[in-house]
Amino acid sequence: MSFLSWVPAAVPPLAAPADDGPGNPWFSWQYVRDNADTLRTALEYHAGLTARAVLLALVVALPLAVLAYWIRPLTGPILALSGVLYTIPSLALLALLAPAVGTTSDTSVLIALVLYALLVLVRNALTGLSQVPDEVREAASGMGYGRFGRLLRVELPLALPGIITGLRLATVSTVALVTVGSLIGQGGLGDLILGGFRNNFYKAEILTGSLLCVALALVLDLALAGLGRLLTPWTRGRVA
Amino acid sequence: MNYLNQAITWLNDPLNWSNPGGLTDRLQEHLEISFWAVLLGCAVGWPIGIWLGHRGRGGGAVITVANLTLALPTLALLTILPLTPIGFGQPPVIVALAVFAVPPLLANAYTGLRSIDPETREAARGMGLSGRQLLWQVELPLAVPYLAAGLRTAAVQVVATAALATFVNGGGLGEVISAGFGLGINVGGGQIVAGGIVVVLLALAVEGLLAIVQRLVTPAPLRSSRRRRVAAATPAG
Repeated sequence: MSFLSWVPAAVPPLAAPADDGPGNPWFSWQYVRDNADTLRTALEYHAGLTARAVLLALVVALPLAVLAYWIRPLTGPILALSGVLYTIPSLALLALLAPAVGTTSDTSVLIALVLYALLVLVRNALTGLSQVPDEVREAASGMGYGRFGRLLRVELPLALPGIITGLRLATVSTVALVTVGSLIGQGGLGDLILGGFRNNFYKAEILTGSLLCVALALVLDLALAGLGRLLTPWTRGRVA
Repeated sequence: MNYLNQAITWLNDPLNWSNPGGLTDRLQEHLEISFWAVLLGCAVGWPIGIWLGHRGRGGGAVITVANLTLALPTLALLTILPLTPIGFGQPPVIVALAVFAVPPLLANAYTGLRSIDPETREAARGMGLSGRQLLWQVELPLAVPYLAAGLRTAAVQVVATAALATFVNGGGLGEVISAGFGLGINVGGGQIVAGGIVVVLLALAVEGLLAIVQRLVTPAPLRSSRRRRVAAATPAG
């Protein structure tokens, strides 16, 4: 479909025409209007995959962080493992996963995304937890809190800023990482970017996909930052 | 683990290494692209980071730059740059990778210079060192461990991300993987996994090698278990 909108746009292109004339502008509203459905589908898929990956990672990461926090000898190995896993290139991870789980669904992309998000989340949650002052911990024990009660009512709330920071980092990098999934056609907006490149360098498609991707990352980051402010009202006075 | 066996079989075939466009060629391309990207990143990131750290300003800007590149998909840069006057081939890939190498280099250089004890700086000034002498004789030598840490993070990041160059036919080891996907999972499964294994091993080798370099250039008293890598490595891609 998209090559049909290759004809010079009816509306003057907003961006400066590229070297090869106005036929292939970097941005055109015509393209956005004509492909609104495709764009919306890709954006929804992209956001959905990001949300699923980050939420799954959060569900796994919190217990892991608490485990590393309670059992000190585990902290070193967990952080070291996260360091090693981080150096594994995303494309290679996808290459190792895809033949095992198949490419017809986005499972392999999801697993890769969860693994990467997991590491950021565990690291930041652990940092947040270990920054709880000893006096606070002792005071909570003195008030009669047990291990779980203290964790839920005192330590986790105090670690929230760290957890939120991790959540923001994980979300932003996951949005960018989803595009790598276009290797197997499961890349959301990345499919648009790569499709535009392969479709005779259709600049409007490439740039629209890229802009949406960056915008999605920034919007989610701001939303999580706002959520963090709502959840931790006691930190508000300090930053000013 | 049938698919692992296929990968080992594929890796054991000497032709897969020596063919034109085989593993040896791709490995060489991969290292070339990575080398120039890291060099370009150093040429941009270090002077700016060192200057900002020397002047003690712009910490906010450094963080903003690092955060912005986190949101930028590598794929976007890889596809956009060839369509600019840079042209096709390796140059746009190198520039794209260098963009992602700059934040860790910049942030570590800045932190390295900022974390120098103010008293050291004052003592140097008291001895009559000019701003330039202070930078070259005191600040830079003390910041070397941080510069090395930044180099390590950036180099690993670049080597890992260079695999994505295959999306725009930029060469490198990613080509092996995407060629495998081109054959289909059933036929190319072994090749896909083999490509993945080689890329992982290369990234781990670079990480290990530069960790040793980092340790060598860090004076013994400064070697502590404290993590020096300021900007957390972002997952490649």
